[in-house]
Amino acid sequence: MFDLKDLYQEVIVDHNRSPRNFGEIADADRMIEGYNPLCGDKLNLYVKYDGSGERISDLKFDGSGCAISVASASLMTEALKGKTREEAESIFNEFHELLTAKELPEDIDKLDKLAALAGVRDYPTRIKCATLCWHTLHSALEGKSEPVTTE
Amino acid sequence: MNKTVDSSAEELMARRRSALDVERVRRDFPILHQEVRGKPLAYLDNAATAQKPESVIRTIDHYYRELNSNIHRGVHYLSEKATEAYEGSRETQRRFINAASTKEIIFVRGTTEAINLVAQSYGRSRLQAGDEIIISEMEHHSNIVPWQLLRDQIGIELKIIPINDAGELKLDVYEELLNERTKLVAINHLSNALGTINPVKTIIDKAHAAGALVLVDGAQAVPHTAVDVQALGCDFYAYSGHKLFGPTGIGILYGREELLEAMPPYQGGGDMIKMVKLDHTLFNDLPYKFEAGTPHIAGGIGLGAAVEYVNEIGLDAIVAHEHDLLDYATQQAQTVDGLRLIGTAKDKASILSFVMDGIHPHDIGTIVDSEGIAIRTGHHCAMPVMDHFGVPATARASFVLYNTHEEVDRLIKALKHAREVLT
Repeated sequence: MFDLKDLYQEVIVDHNRSPRNFGEIADADRMIEGYNPLCGDKLNLYVKYDGSGERISDLKFDGSGCAISVASASLMTEALKGKTREEAESIFNEFHELLTAKELPEDIDKLDKLAALAGVRDYPTRIKCATLCWHTLHSALEGKSEPVTTE
Repeated sequence: MNKTVDSSAEELMARRRSALDVERVRRDFPILHQEVRGKPLAYLDNAATAQKPESVIRTIDHYYRELNSNIHRGVHYLSEKATEAYEGSRETQRRFINAASTKEIIFVRGTTEAINLVAQSYGRSRLQAGDEIIISEMEHHSNIVPWQLLRDQIGIELKIIPINDAGELKLDVYEELLNERTKLVAINHLSNALGTINPVKTIIDKAHAAGALVLVDGAQAVPHTAVDVQALGCDFYAYSGHKLFGPTGIGILYGREELLEAMPPYQGGGDMIKMVKLDHTLFNDLPYKFEAGTPHIAGGIGLGAAVEYVNEIGLDAIVAHEHDLLDYATQQAQTVDGLRLIGTAKDKASILSFVMDGIHPHDIGTIVDSEGIAIRTGHHCAMPVMDHFGVPATARASFVLYNTHEEVDRLIKALKHAREVLT
């Protein structure tokens, strides 16, 4: 059965209402735009690396979107700040699996708060809302700078 | 308050309601009688596509069970019967919009194809660099992009009638845009994103006075307002079957006979020819000149049944019912905190487009869906309208003859619930 509370969990509502790491990084190493042409969601992601260029020292976003995309971006910045590129890639893969694998992965607890987004699995039309920021980050990590779209 | 006025207004409302037996109408639409997410379906996404009455479904079923055959060239029984049914629908469409002749009724895939046909056939053969086409800020993408493609092909210029903040055309600017270079005005009859009913008669008269032709995009209008192409005096009128309770993939382009006569074919193929030699072809007469290939025969026949259904209920009763419902919905929407209507034109029909403070339209859509209510959220293929109002998207409820006051109540309740869930 569909239960709205599975989708709009408290942590999601909270991160939508007061998104963390919301804003610009003036001296970002990379700024990249993510766009979902279906719903008009737009976000800018700002990434700053530490001296070695391997660790994400700061990560912020701004823009507009639905509760799912804003909460997802907010949770992502929280989860990845301070992580190395390699760690970030690995969390990206786990998160992607959380939303798209046929069966819900068993060890979702290791994703911590990000696991709150598992409810999106039951709403196929909303999966892109949750993954937009992650695909944008993925592109940024690969050193790309052209805008990312979900289509 | 003046009591007499109140009671007469109530009487008027009661009379309007009784003119259309909604419960009877609802019984004609099998899809409405189901549960969605454990709740009775309230289908309020009619501007995207409307549901189909039993008579349309049966007509299509009957065609494939008993009549299926290719039309126009067969000499056998089934082909004759299928041709008769298909051409019978053409005559039904002619009467529906009061065209002078069935030669002026072209079956197409839908409004989009109709507009592309005019852009490519009329536009490319009759217009040249420097000529101007006027469209408006509130057009559906299908009445914008075909003209941009034409512009890029032959160098015409596109001029835009802006809208005001109520979502009405600025007609004074329109008059200023008209000049001797204006060759065509392409305008929607009823805006799918705003619900505005445009004063097409005035627009047509002014265009003609300036020597320009007019194409009216009637996709959203035909289920909600009576259309008489001769009284309007329009040169082209386009509509789709699926918003008119008919099948998808079928629609009508009306064009004045002398214009269609002078226009080259849009596509080449079977049925649009009289004779083909390896080095040249003699094209068929109207309307077949514009109908290359085996058409959507079942769709065409189904569209005939759809128009007959609308005729049977009566557009007057439909218009009165929808008007009453939209008034009620507009009133009730004001009781939702933080709700802002997008599109508040004086002359409106069937569409309630809105945004809510702090809640993205997509979340509104998902939350009301969990109550079994289908609405549309997004840019409604009218991104310039979204830009005008400074929003990425809106939520849109759209009503037709089978919608009820109770469904409006459920929507309003769900919107209030959305506020509780997300703020």
